[in-house]
Amino acid sequence: MLRRRLNRLLGGDERRVDSRTIYVGHRPCPATEAFIPPKFCDNRIVSSKYTVWNFLPKNLFEQFRRIANFYFLIIFLVQVIVDTPTSPVTSGLPLFFVITVTAIKQGYEDWLRHKADNEVNKYLVTVLENGQKIRTESEKIKVGDVVEVKEDETFPCDLILLQSSRDDDTCFVTTASLDGESNHKTHYTVPDTEKDLESLNATIECEQPQPDLYKFVGRMHIYKKDQEPAVRSLGPENLLLKGATLKNTQKICGVAVYTGMETKMALNYQGKSQKRSAVEKSINAFLLVYLCILVSKALVCTTLKYVWQSEPGQDEPWYNQKTQREKDTNLYLKMFTDFLSFMVLFNFIIPVSMYVTVEMQKFLGSFFITWDKDFFDPEIQEGALVNTSDLNEELGQVEYVFTDKTGTLTQNNMEFIECCIDGFQYKYRDAGSELDGFCVTDGPVSKLQQKAGREKEELFLRALCLCHTVQVKESPGPGQGQADGLMDQVDGLGLGGEVLRPEEQRGFIASSPDEVALVKGAMRYGFTFLGLESKNMKILNRNNDVEMYELLHVLNFDPVRRRMSVIVRSKSGDTLLFCKGADSSIFPRVRPEEVDRIRMHVERNATEGYRTLCVAYKQLSAEEYAQADAGLREARLALQDREEKLMAVYNQVETGMSLIGATAVEDRLQEEAAETMEALQGAGMKVWVLTGDKMETAKSTCYACRLFQRNTELLELTVRTLEDGGRKREERLHELLLDYHKKAVQDAPPVKAGVTRSWSTANQDYGFIIDGATLSMVLNSSHDSNSSRYKSLFLQICQNCTAVLCCRMAPLQKAQIVKMVKNSKGGPITLSIGDGANDVSMILEAHVGIGIKGKEGRQAVRNSDYAIPKLKHLKKLLLAHGHLYYVRIAHLVQYFFYKNLCFILPQFLYQFFCGYSQQPLYDAAYLTMYNICFTSMPILAYSLLEQHICIEVLLDNATLYREIAKNAMLRWRPFFYWTVLGVFHGLLFFFGVRYLFSNPALQDNGQVFGNWSYGTIVFTVLVFTVTLKLALDTRHWTWINHFVIWGSLAFYVFFSFFWGGIIWPFLRQQRLYFVFANMLSSVSAWLVIILLILLSLLPDILLVVFRKPRGPNARQKPVESSMGGPQSPRSSARPLLMRTFSDESNTVI
Amino acid sequence: IAAMMASSYNAKEEDGHHSSGSSHGGAGAVKSKKPDNTAFKQQRLPAWQPILTAGTVLPAFFVIGLIFIPIGIGLYVTSNNIKEFEIDYTGAEVSSPCFNCAKNFSWNSTTSCNCSVPFTLEQPFESNVFMYYGLSNFYQNHRRYVKSRDDSQLNGDRSSLKNPSKECEPYRTSDGLPIAPCGAIANSLFNDTLELYYIHSNGSSTAIPLVKKGIAWWTDKHVKFRNPGGSNNNLTAAFQGTTKPVNWRKPVYELDPSDSDNNGFINEDFIVWMRTAALPTFRKLYRIIQKKPNMTPTLPSGKYLLEVTYNYPVHSFDGRKRMILSTISWMGGKNPFLGIAYITVGSVCFFLGVVLLIIHHKYDNRNNSADIPN
Repeated sequence: MLRRRLNRLLGGDERRVDSRTIYVGHRPCPATEAFIPPKFCDNRIVSSKYTVWNFLPKNLFEQFRRIANFYFLIIFLVQVIVDTPTSPVTSGLPLFFVITVTAIKQGYEDWLRHKADNEVNKYLVTVLENGQKIRTESEKIKVGDVVEVKEDETFPCDLILLQSSRDDDTCFVTTASLDGESNHKTHYTVPDTEKDLESLNATIECEQPQPDLYKFVGRMHIYKKDQEPAVRSLGPENLLLKGATLKNTQKICGVAVYTGMETKMALNYQGKSQKRSAVEKSINAFLLVYLCILVSKALVCTTLKYVWQSEPGQDEPWYNQKTQREKDTNLYLKMFTDFLSFMVLFNFIIPVSMYVTVEMQKFLGSFFITWDKDFFDPEIQEGALVNTSDLNEELGQVEYVFTDKTGTLTQNNMEFIECCIDGFQYKYRDAGSELDGFCVTDGPVSKLQQKAGREKEELFLRALCLCHTVQVKESPGPGQGQADGLMDQVDGLGLGGEVLRPEEQRGFIASSPDEVALVKGAMRYGFTFLGLESKNMKILNRNNDVEMYELLHVLNFDPVRRRMSVIVRSKSGDTLLFCKGADSSIFPRVRPEEVDRIRMHVERNATEGYRTLCVAYKQLSAEEYAQADAGLREARLALQDREEKLMAVYNQVETGMSLIGATAVEDRLQEEAAETMEALQGAGMKVWVLTGDKMETAKSTCYACRLFQRNTELLELTVRTLEDGGRKREERLHELLLDYHKKAVQDAPPVKAGVTRSWSTANQDYGFIIDGATLSMVLNSSHDSNSSRYKSLFLQICQNCTAVLCCRMAPLQKAQIVKMVKNSKGGPITLSIGDGANDVSMILEAHVGIGIKGKEGRQAVRNSDYAIPKLKHLKKLLLAHGHLYYVRIAHLVQYFFYKNLCFILPQFLYQFFCGYSQQPLYDAAYLTMYNICFTSMPILAYSLLEQHICIEVLLDNATLYREIAKNAMLRWRPFFYWTVLGVFHGLLFFFGVRYLFSNPALQDNGQVFGNWSYGTIVFTVLVFTVTLKLALDTRHWTWINHFVIWGSLAFYVFFSFFWGGIIWPFLRQQRLYFVFANMLSSVSAWLVIILLILLSLLPDILLVVFRKPRGPNARQKPVESSMGGPQSPRSSARPLLMRTFSDESNTVI
Repeated sequence: IAAMMASSYNAKEEDGHHSSGSSHGGAGAVKSKKPDNTAFKQQRLPAWQPILTAGTVLPAFFVIGLIFIPIGIGLYVTSNNIKEFEIDYTGAEVSSPCFNCAKNFSWNSTTSCNCSVPFTLEQPFESNVFMYYGLSNFYQNHRRYVKSRDDSQLNGDRSSLKNPSKECEPYRTSDGLPIAPCGAIANSLFNDTLELYYIHSNGSSTAIPLVKKGIAWWTDKHVKFRNPGGSNNNLTAAFQGTTKPVNWRKPVYELDPSDSDNNGFINEDFIVWMRTAALPTFRKLYRIIQKKPNMTPTLPSGKYLLEVTYNYPVHSFDGRKRMILSTISWMGGKNPFLGIAYITVGSVCFFLGVVLLIIHHKYDNRNNSADIPN
């Protein structure tokens, strides 16, 4: 026993046994030899990163892990230690500022996480202990505790259901926040547990925690006095998951099996890791290049210095003796410090201020998202939310969009749209418009304006009222109606303006929202389902009579049959079978002559994105019924192959029916969902739908969102297709994968990644569908060699499809998919959008995570990078904001490197003329102020306000997004261009002034200029050129741009006068005293400044001329022709804001 | 620049119908989170959206060309009209008159070595003539050298006079006394004396009057450099307790004993030297030869003699010493660079303008014809 305890304490491995044993209520059990309270983790959820104690060291460590911060730290230390030409303050102060600001920001964020954790952990729950109810904090729940949960509460940990207040030992939960399914699921108590929980003596043996939400295996041993212990098997139907909500059940009791970070929800939650944008990676790459330039500059200078000094008389001429200390220093040490000194002298090439500016740009820039009134949703009275500003520009780089379905693409709100009875279409318009609320909108031409017979109508409506498993929720008082979420959802979003009659305020509970919609639909047409009372279904018909039907059998829905039936007996004694199901499963079972009339409607409805169901019925003769009844009873009792046997009977009964009609139910899409998806695809993004929902539902949503279109060929890789072949799944999978690969990848003409379907209409479009089970087979194939092969096949297929649908996904699988795409070749930028807790892991996994402020709680929003109220806002967020942010920051980064290159290059060149002595060319004030004051504001204003293309144009032309795809502005080519430009400018500045100074007598009084005048002239040219270069690049001149650009230049002039106008008492050297004023008194200096500025800008102006043909109009043309489909009238009517190349040239020449 | 840009003014109007309702509603009792509908927050600030097109840039090229070429020609002509005469008197070659002085130079010698360098001006120098001395391979811009000064001492600060800045090391103190002026720059003050004689055709010579004022920046002379003790004329007393720089022959208060306004720290030769040169080959203004009131040239063509008191050794670091005589124009001394640069840039712009015009014209036609079938 001691050893066991030791093992438990010491061995991590020992605890990794496959199962855990839980003592219900912590009661020792007679069978076990000794009761050892096992140690499990407590029920605390921890998402925070720091504590008060480790914040400072941990945060500093993390900050200095950034290459830039570390570099600046080193430079700062060098300046402190070694005698360097510039003061340590010049780099120490900005570094300190950056570090402090970042630390405060991160500390605040972590404090928020602490608060959120506490909210969850301190939530009060009821625990039953020795028969008493104890209110305690959620974090104190231990494994084995019996917890009581009331209606509409969420479960505080994973529980095994022991007792329910419902009579039938079931309870209903909704797992909307876990997997996105908002319907009610039924869970069962463990059979044979005693009603009296106090006396229950049992242990539970179950597997160790694992993240799969739908799997659970366990055993419960129940010990009763004087009896053999009973063993009951436990499955997922007994397990209530943390995060799910109890519905329609007053209260339940359950025993905690997994707590805290071991719950399935927590295991599906991934820690929020620091996301880095692609731009930041580019910055780091550029940084390395500049670091190399810097080091090589310093090396060149150091080497040349010692070469130069080796000539006699150069090292220490009589006029410039060394100090004693310098003479005493070891040669190699001196070389090293010289090297460091050069590093410090040139270190401005990698400016701290760039990081400050980038941070500021991101932080301030993100306000434009929060401020955007287009993101404001009047319904929830909120606008967009920015959780991290680090990823603004990533919004302009998205290549893959992973979207959740429920609550994101759809409102998860089914609505009965129309039905077709006997070939006539009935569309519900308005209750008052026509008698009975019916309205025939169209039908076969020959029967225009006709209606089906009344009898058929009523039969159809009865079928709708009877053929379902909906339960009526006892209507609460009218006042309470609002509190009921489901009812609210169903009724509140009914037809706008419709006044609800009291009897319509009826809550329906069903495992599928479609059924509710159908019952509701029937209700609108006068047939109201009143409920099930002791096996009798009550219907209130059009004449307000109550009809009673005895419910004989329910032939349950299952995804393979794709239909369900009920057998009822009417008052008149007729036995009727009503069946509803997917068209493909109904049509073969009805008389073929009935099919054609309805098929047309069904197909039209399906392409409109509605979920269609066909309704059929059959009258059973007494013998038939007797036979069916017997078959069903027998099959239900079968112990082996029960499913198969039931299926056989079902199939036997559901034959020879007659089709009475079809229904169309709309899973209402989010506003503008289809337009948004179309825009995203137009922008070159690939949209993948990842949902936990059923395939049929998800597929119809995809059609409705126009992700799949009528001509899209669907490649299906689901459990159903795998089982079709009648072979081993593995083989079939392999075969299908190869087949699809051949179709979609090999046979497809090589299309460039960026080309949309609008251009490739001739090509076959493919849509890919996969479900969770198959995905796990693909990803975790038994053969290792196959696994990677499958994976790459799968990826290749997916990448060639216009849209991919993954259904039946567990949250972690969603993240897996995102990860797989993220890590695929080329490292595409991914974006995940979702609204529920089940989307959190994929939101965290993707480069950019977007949360929708939906109805399913706030977890997604909390873990997202950006939160928007509606899906439709995604379009503007990406196409306008993302595009602009990317262009802004890319320009900012390139410009910063450029301006510092041409700032430092003259200083480097000057070393060749000053004996490699680290003499700075510019005064210290200029060195410090250059990046902070003289050139920082224009680029900051640019990077906040620039709209090189205005927002309306960006929104109208989704293809513009592709021009910046794949980090186009921060690739090596543009970087090379900027670098060459910087070098060119630097050379020009230095040598221009160098040749001017070949005769330093530049004033008309014959007086000469010294080295500080030299530096000041170079610096003046530099500041003006760099600022005017930005002015040339600015396409959007607001008053702010004017103010900062001209203001900066004016400030430079003013500062130079001021700085040179006073003998500063705190300065050791008055280097710049009247240097600037004297410079301005020299005509030559003026002339050289003007010449150099103009010459520097010449290449840019030239480039503009050559580049121009791609004017905004030229870009618009192909877009408009390619859009093809219905054009928004706005875009064509909108006046063109810019003149074109040809317009312009015609006016001039 | 504005002329180079085709502009179209795009004042985006705030869509009023949206704003009026919301902003007033927001101001009401219920504080709505609705974002303000201001032009700034909605990124709808009225903006000028310039587009550089070939059409606007092309004339700019011509304009630049047309402006720059005349300026350049003017500059070039001006520079060419400046007369400049330069003579090297280092004495590095045996043939040089100063060879002996250069060779026998010693810091300790008490007597100064003199040498005379004859030269001939081919052309007369009109107007004021400026006399420069030039040094080569002299690194006045070496960092150790540049920082080796104490500006507050030079500004007349008494505490700095007695306790010079550490930057002056190793020229800070000498024999326990603070050096005034301290530092390597002051220590290496150029101390050759140059005198100019005109040799008449009859062999007699007249000394040419050299003005030693007005060679330093006015602000340096009057503000930046000040003697300790203010207006007190007794410089000797003011500099008491300090010692002369080690390489100097006389203390700072004896730089120009004849003129109290040019003595001590405000000696103009000293101030000129203290403005460190930008490049290792430099010239510094030494004297000004005022133009004569009558019409005769300041320096008529003919033979001259440069009398050098050779005190300044440059041989050890391979340096060169020159004497330069130059007239000055409004653009300063002789420097053809600016003129050439302006002419070049102007021509290039003009040429580019022509080339672009041709290209553009062709492209434009093609563009139009391509548009038609569309």
